[in-house]
Amino acid sequence: MKLIVAIIQPHQLPAVKQALFDEQIFKITVTNALGCGEEDKYQKVYRGVGFEVELLKKVRLELAVNEDFVERAIEAIVRGARTNQVGDGKIFVTDLMDCIRIRTGERGPGAIG
Amino acid sequence: MRKRNRFLLFGMLLILGVLVPLEAFAGKAEVKTSLMIDTLWVLLAAFLVFFMQAGFGMVEAGLIRAKNAANILMKNMMDFCMASLGFFVFGYALMFGGDGALFGVDGWFLINAKSPNHLPLYAFWLFQAAFCGAAATIVAGGMAERMKFSSYLLYSFVISAFVYPIVGHWVWGGGWLSTYQFHDFAGSTVVHALGGFSALVGTIILGPRLGKFGADGKPKSLGGHNIPLVALGVFILWFGWFGFNPGSELGFGDPEKIALIAINTNMAAVAGAISMMFVAWGKFGKPDLSLTLNGALAGLVAVTAPCNVVSPGAAIYIGALAGVLCLFGVLWLDSLQIDDPVGAFPVHGLCGLWGTLAVGLFAQKGFGAAYDGLFYGGGLKFLGIQAFGALAVIAFVVSSMWIVFKTIDALIGLRVTKEQELRGLDLSEHGMESYSGFQIFTTE
Repeated sequence: MKLIVAIIQPHQLPAVKQALFDEQIFKITVTNALGCGEEDKYQKVYRGVGFEVELLKKVRLELAVNEDFVERAIEAIVRGARTNQVGDGKIFVTDLMDCIRIRTGERGPGAIG
Repeated sequence: MRKRNRFLLFGMLLILGVLVPLEAFAGKAEVKTSLMIDTLWVLLAAFLVFFMQAGFGMVEAGLIRAKNAANILMKNMMDFCMASLGFFVFGYALMFGGDGALFGVDGWFLINAKSPNHLPLYAFWLFQAAFCGAAATIVAGGMAERMKFSSYLLYSFVISAFVYPIVGHWVWGGGWLSTYQFHDFAGSTVVHALGGFSALVGTIILGPRLGKFGADGKPKSLGGHNIPLVALGVFILWFGWFGFNPGSELGFGDPEKIALIAINTNMAAVAGAISMMFVAWGKFGKPDLSLTLNGALAGLVAVTAPCNVVSPGAAIYIGALAGVLCLFGVLWLDSLQIDDPVGAFPVHGLCGLWGTLAVGLFAQKGFGAAYDGLFYGGGLKFLGIQAFGALAVIAFVVSSMWIVFKTIDALIGLRVTKEQELRGLDLSEHGMESYSGFQIFTTE
């Protein structure tokens, strides 16, 4: 079992969701995030005072997948989020020790479903 | 002089000295009190209509996404400022500066301008300028979330300085439509249909927002970020409408009439909200607040033309039908893949047209109308005049605004870039965030 964490551009979320759904991957968690990689900072001005902002808005996707779905999930996320521009994002794949379905108490790959 | 004569002389002077000024004062008061009250009323109404800018601002801001809120409010703010300026420099002269069939020519910069009635020029001007601002800001909503700010400023000045005053002149300033007894009491056509149809033209030229229509053409909901603001805005507009409609009587000489206008204004709003709520409930399964709020506005827009010549019962019908019409207008635009983020065209364009036609149906000579409407034995005559006038104005507005928008597009571009639209106009056009510090999901 793997936990896939992806940081993507917020406006790419609908495309990534659609791509994952096309691969029959429906169970995802989405949160707000701030972050930066290689992109440029941008300027904000507030009442005459300018300042630089380096932490840009991102969206963080998390999905728990079984081994046979890992590559499919990665490919789907890349397909949805890639725009060939700096700032497309990153995907992290980590091992998942266990997964428990709260309602039934199931554990393991079956609980990922 | 002898003591007695001196006493008499003093007595006479005393009496004259007291009575004459009193009489003069009483005479002055007799002439001026009604003017005082009329001016007071018109100025108060002007302040109420000005407050409607806040109403429009809140409605528009609440119905769009947070990342564009400051931008729409900036456009809203500038609308009133540009309208005031444009109306001061050109607009008043075009609208009330003479008897030309198409437009007036006297009073540029308000120099040698005249009030067309008994009201002081500046009071009348302020009232009319507030209306001008209201018309201009309707378009901000229809073109929200993807229009360039500099283009908006240009458009706002042009519509306030030229297009609106010309239409206003035709209907209220002694132009050609007024000779036909075309009846638009407070501006269903002059303000709302003008704004609504301009918004339609603008939104068609601009194109839909990114992500509004899917690849299959079905509309997606790019939801408003703050429905409480929309509700606040609608209440402010409703409140302001009590100045918009009753104020258009331009005086308080007929208290019964003012009261009739006020109650009609209220009943139409109420009927619009209720009818929209029930129809939307039936159609979509749940009573929708944002649609209901739009329904109230639809009723208000529709009653704006007929409010001084129809009964309160008729106002209820007019408002109720406006609510239904507004809903179908919203769905119709979606089916045509036209993106109107706040429903500017269904509420102002369609219902403004409906209100104008409703005069031809529900007007009564007993209330002072030129003719009886269709439902009161007057036949189709009034309806025909209303339809003719409304269509003439709409044709002018659509063609002139088409030219205006296309010209602005050719000169400096109308729409922002894709990156600017996705990042949000607050950041890309103004370099600021409306909700700095909030975590807001901006995933579209």
